[in-house]
Amino acid sequence: MTAISMRTIRRRATGDKRASFWVYGLLIAFLIGSVFPFFWSFLVASRDSSMLTERVPPLLPGGNFLSNAVRVFDSVPFWRALGNSIVVSGAVTLTTVLFSTLAGFAFAKLRFRGRNGLFLFVVATLAVPTQLGIIPLYMAMAEFGWAGELQAVIVPNLVTAIGVFWMRQYTAQVVPYELIEAARVDGCSMIRVYWHVVLPAVRPAAAFLGMFTFMTSWNDFLWPLVVLNAENPTVQIALERLQSGYYIDYSLVLAGTTLATIPILIVFVVLGRQIVAGIMQGAVKG
Amino acid sequence: MTTVTRRAPHQGVAPAPPRPPKLTWRQRLSNMDVKWSPYVYIAPFFVVFGVVGLFPLLYTSYLSLFDRDLLDLDGTYIGLGNYTELLRDSQFWNALVNTLSIFVLSTGPQIVVAVGLAALLNTRLRAPTGWRVGVLLPYVVSLVAVGIIFANLFGPNYGLVNGILELLGFDRVDWQSNRFFSHLAIATMVNWRWTGYNALIVLAAMKAIPKEIHEAALIDGASAVRRFFSVTLPLLRPTLIFVVITSTIGGLQIFTEPKLFDAMPGSNNGGSSNQFQTITLYMYQTGFETQRLGYASAVAWVLFLLIIVIAVINFLLTRRLASTGVEDDR
Repeated sequence: MTAISMRTIRRRATGDKRASFWVYGLLIAFLIGSVFPFFWSFLVASRDSSMLTERVPPLLPGGNFLSNAVRVFDSVPFWRALGNSIVVSGAVTLTTVLFSTLAGFAFAKLRFRGRNGLFLFVVATLAVPTQLGIIPLYMAMAEFGWAGELQAVIVPNLVTAIGVFWMRQYTAQVVPYELIEAARVDGCSMIRVYWHVVLPAVRPAAAFLGMFTFMTSWNDFLWPLVVLNAENPTVQIALERLQSGYYIDYSLVLAGTTLATIPILIVFVVLGRQIVAGIMQGAVKG
Repeated sequence: MTTVTRRAPHQGVAPAPPRPPKLTWRQRLSNMDVKWSPYVYIAPFFVVFGVVGLFPLLYTSYLSLFDRDLLDLDGTYIGLGNYTELLRDSQFWNALVNTLSIFVLSTGPQIVVAVGLAALLNTRLRAPTGWRVGVLLPYVVSLVAVGIIFANLFGPNYGLVNGILELLGFDRVDWQSNRFFSHLAIATMVNWRWTGYNALIVLAAMKAIPKEIHEAALIDGASAVRRFFSVTLPLLRPTLIFVVITSTIGGLQIFTEPKLFDAMPGSNNGGSSNQFQTITLYMYQTGFETQRLGYASAVAWVLFLLIIVIAVINFLLTRRLASTGVEDDR
């Protein structure tokens, strides 16, 4: 034991030794596995379907991507789908962040009767698979005349339990009581305390919640499939439509898939760090 | 702001722990804002959850007691008729087995790999964030895109996977029509998308383990492998439970992947002989294709119970499994 200095112990104990060749090798293999399906779909999208019949498929993109992309816009109302997805995800993100930060503030910093019980209820609802209620939900939407309309996709997702839970945990940590008291002494109403004190303080978590909500909403499939129709789809529904022909033209379908994936990939490249940090923080706290 | 002689009372604001609350009745009365604001702030969640979450679920159980379809829009009360029919419905049992099979094939390997990947990411890497972002990449892609891409990769005739298998001297596999292989292919999609995400959650938990514990084990002469199994793994328990439970809730409701994997696009059959039809897909089919709303509700409700039962079993199992190796198990 005497041979090892405390510093070496610390290093070894915390996995602080430099990553070896094997670690990098495995990680690179993993990354290739992660990226390859995207690359493949772009490859097929940039050629024509005949490439799939070749014994050894070419590994360089061809020049047909634009023409395939144009065919996507001819086959399904893709612009409309993009617009719809932006409207739906944008609206859902705004309301989720607003309502979650408000509720998080109330649960973390305000005192009211039933607070703990109600919060426990929120946590319990995290485990409820609400997706299984789609049949009555569809009947209700049909009753309202909302079937096929965007509000049918927006309203059920106005606020989520996970959002309220996250914001409550974060607000409890970062907003000191003294700050709220000071604002109260200065005569702020509750809503102004929220707006001028709480909201600026929780901005990082709110931003993460926003990104997360936007992505979830953008990728949502089952409920939009039930309640929307082919004339007024979201991006995911349009993609599914593309694939629904009797004969699948994969250059066309994967061009659509690539088109639909590019925006979210750009967002991910720009905000990837924050998304990673958010997931890891949420994991420790949750 | 001249002299403020007395500290303002904590008007409805829960006080910092050491100071006792001093709320007088008059101040409450004078400030309805303080009293009612919290309820207003939390109301949206409860209203939304009540209307689009809880009510539909409860109504599903009510609906499941009726025989209700296109010919009988008001529905006929048949008591537990749908449930007894369900017990005799071979397609339902088939879907149940498929769901469990895909679930086991995805959740099991996924968590093992995620823990391994987290261990890799927990070493001292150059550009650690870059690797983390890379590992998370599949998570941001929509399930529909994943389903389409993998349906192509696993295509029976011209799929790349079969091409590679053939190149390596193996036989082609009919990933669509063979029941087991179709489950394997669908589980691959699930694993591809979720492993990195779960690895990050496990990594966060690994980072949170106090260094002193590892140091103590090392001084006691524990090898790296021993420390992983006797220190790291037990301390990851709460996180692993969390990951397993969320995977259970999500995995048992799997829908998009099998729907898009079908060689007959747009079909809800889950393969020509339902070989990969899951329960949610079956629910969707009975509810929105054949429009037997009462029966579909019974399917939904049974799946709901199944999720709860399996989540509880998993909870107990994970607790047991991850606790072996530590003596002072509280």
